[in-house]
Amino acid sequence: MAFADIRQRPGVVLGAAILLHVILISAQVNTASGLPVLQVVTFGSFSEVQRGTMSVIDGVRGLWSGYVALQQVQQENTALRQELQTLQVTLQQERAEAQRTDNLRQLLELRERAQLDTVAAEVIAGAASVDFRTVTIDKGTSDQLATDMAVISPAGVVGRVILPSRRASKVQLLIDLNAAAGALIERTRVQGVVVGIGDGLLRMQYVPGTADVKTGDLVVTSGIDGIYPKGFVIGTIDHADRGAGAYHEIVIRPAVDFSRLEEVLIVRTPPASRTALTEEPVK
Amino acid sequence: MRSAAAFAAILIAIAAQTTLAGYIFRGSSTAIDLVMIVVVYIGIKSGPVTGTLAGTVAGLIQDALSGGILGIYGLAKTMVGFLSGLLGTQFIVTAPLPRFLLVVVATCLHGAIFIGLNRLLDLQQVSADYASILGQAFGNACVGVVAFQMIEWLPGFVDRRRAGRFLRR
Repeated sequence: MAFADIRQRPGVVLGAAILLHVILISAQVNTASGLPVLQVVTFGSFSEVQRGTMSVIDGVRGLWSGYVALQQVQQENTALRQELQTLQVTLQQERAEAQRTDNLRQLLELRERAQLDTVAAEVIAGAASVDFRTVTIDKGTSDQLATDMAVISPAGVVGRVILPSRRASKVQLLIDLNAAAGALIERTRVQGVVVGIGDGLLRMQYVPGTADVKTGDLVVTSGIDGIYPKGFVIGTIDHADRGAGAYHEIVIRPAVDFSRLEEVLIVRTPPASRTALTEEPVK
Repeated sequence: MRSAAAFAAILIAIAAQTTLAGYIFRGSSTAIDLVMIVVVYIGIKSGPVTGTLAGTVAGLIQDALSGGILGIYGLAKTMVGFLSGLLGTQFIVTAPLPRFLLVVVATCLHGAIFIGLNRLLDLQQVSADYASILGQAFGNACVGVVAFQMIEWLPGFVDRRRAGRFLRR
């Protein structure tokens, strides 16, 4: 019956016969690489089947993991997001802690270098008015702070204590309109007075027009004002003009970034000039 | 029964090809393929399925006897058997001319498959000598047409002889 059925399908018989011959020939013939054609063709064909099977399996797996299993993923995602937020906060705290540690290290180095009696303080508040450039620090009279004590930072001179309370003090920044400090140009030792001009820059006054002044010259405290110790950096000359008068018009860019003040040192040792002034009447 | 007869015919053709053909066609530049002629005839008479199977068997036996790659002649003769059976069922190929043309086409197809497979598989340097193939095709066709006529004429001739003897008595 089956044979009779096959006789009605010559195409099937022909296909089977051709396949038989192809297999037979392939089993005996080697490819250019020396491997049997049958082996190469079989492997090549079956590898495609394997590839297709794996594609189907990957597709099903992707479908499962990408869609069906999304409930768990959503919960996991929520948990991970919360964990990420926590970690971000922790990271910020760690970063702030590192920055604070770095600032304190610099302050410590400054203290050791200056050989002065200093106390470290933290800036806890800014100015109450835009017209006055002041900050509030967390140390006061309980830490032996007093009026006109110099406030410095690793970068340079910050200002002076103008209002100490028991546990806090108000510091007038050097850039305040009412601030002033005795200064000298480090290169030429020409002296003058540095005053704040309110816009974040400083002006050096009373520098004779004949003095040698160049842009970029370093300006340091002279120590004659009785407040700031001698030799601390105030800033660099931004530009200097030979004005119509007898003096130079010098603008100084402060060394300290007053917008980023966090920790400062208060110098409790009075400058030599003030000591001399206070001791003189006793003599 | 028909299959057995076909198988017997193939065996006879192979035997003749390997023994008698060398003597009969000695000196001829064309090589007559008696096995192929038999396969074509089986295809014409029995249809594509039997033709295919006959071609497969005949070709494989030829391959086995020739010592080459098993399947080259087999595939070629399978195609010839199928083609013959297909044309035999689709067209009327009882007259000598259609049969002549069919054998020519079958021989050319056989040659093309043989040369093509050898070149494809880089088995041996077979030159595509079209003139030789054409000569073989005409030789096969001539032998085939005569053989077909004789095969079909012989039973009737014998019957007529018997009937004549009977009437003379």
